Amino acid sequence: MRDLHSALFRSLADPTRRAIFERLCRDGEQTVGALTTKSGVSQPAVSKHLGVLKEAGLVRDRREGREIHYSAQRNALAPLIDWTSQMAGYWQSRFDKLEDLLKRMDQ
Amino acid sequence: MNTAATETRSVIVEREIPFPPEKIWRALTQPHLIEEWLMKNDFQPVVGHSFNLRGDWGAVDCRVLEIEANKTLSYTWDAMGLTSTVTWTLTATGSGTHLRMEQAGFRTDQQQAFQGAKYGWQKFFASLEQVVARAG
Repeated sequence: MRDLHSALFRSLADPTRRAIFERLCRDGEQTVGALTTKSGVSQPAVSKHLGVLKEAGLVRDRREGREIHYSAQRNALAPLIDWTSQMAGYWQSRFDKLEDLLKRMDQ
Repeated sequence: MNTAATETRSVIVEREIPFPPEKIWRALTQPHLIEEWLMKNDFQPVVGHSFNLRGDWGAVDCRVLEIEANKTLSYTWDAMGLTSTVTWTLTATGSGTHLRMEQAGFRTDQQQAFQGAKYGWQKFFASLEQVVARAG
């Protein structure tokens, strides 16, 4: 579980890679060429980023004729967005702030 | 991990607080006090009242569901693809109050979760970092 978390986290920690993943989520399946046009980096760089995303299970590729089409696998994000873990930490810190406030308040 | 769309889960945080329920109630229901420990808001203690909690990363849409002064406060909490209900329960004890918060809810679907996460990437990843650190 920990390895899965860190692989996903590492693959999305890079802003260019995150932008590519976001674009695939938003606009659907695309070729490397189409992604390169909008990304502002070279095609080999885009291909490399796609390779990392594919390794983490975040994108899938499909060959059609001479072109390879990439699509986002949103379900791969599920292990990262276990909301209960996030919210438990959030509420603990809110309780701390609430207690601080109560100490400062008038009766 | 079961991530079925209909799965309901909850987070419960409980604490013994050395102040009477009446005082905690004020902190939970007066907008200028809510802002001090939670977020900016336009809360009103009226059942059915819709309000927002506004953080630097986005807003939470809320609606008051239940109010019983000094005892129970419940409102919906919809944000980042999460539809949930937050319920506060105050129980007087000899030395103060037992304060309990339960957030119960479920993710509507991955798409919405992602849309929600998009405008909160920084916040989202900061939280993930904590989750990952704890998982270690």
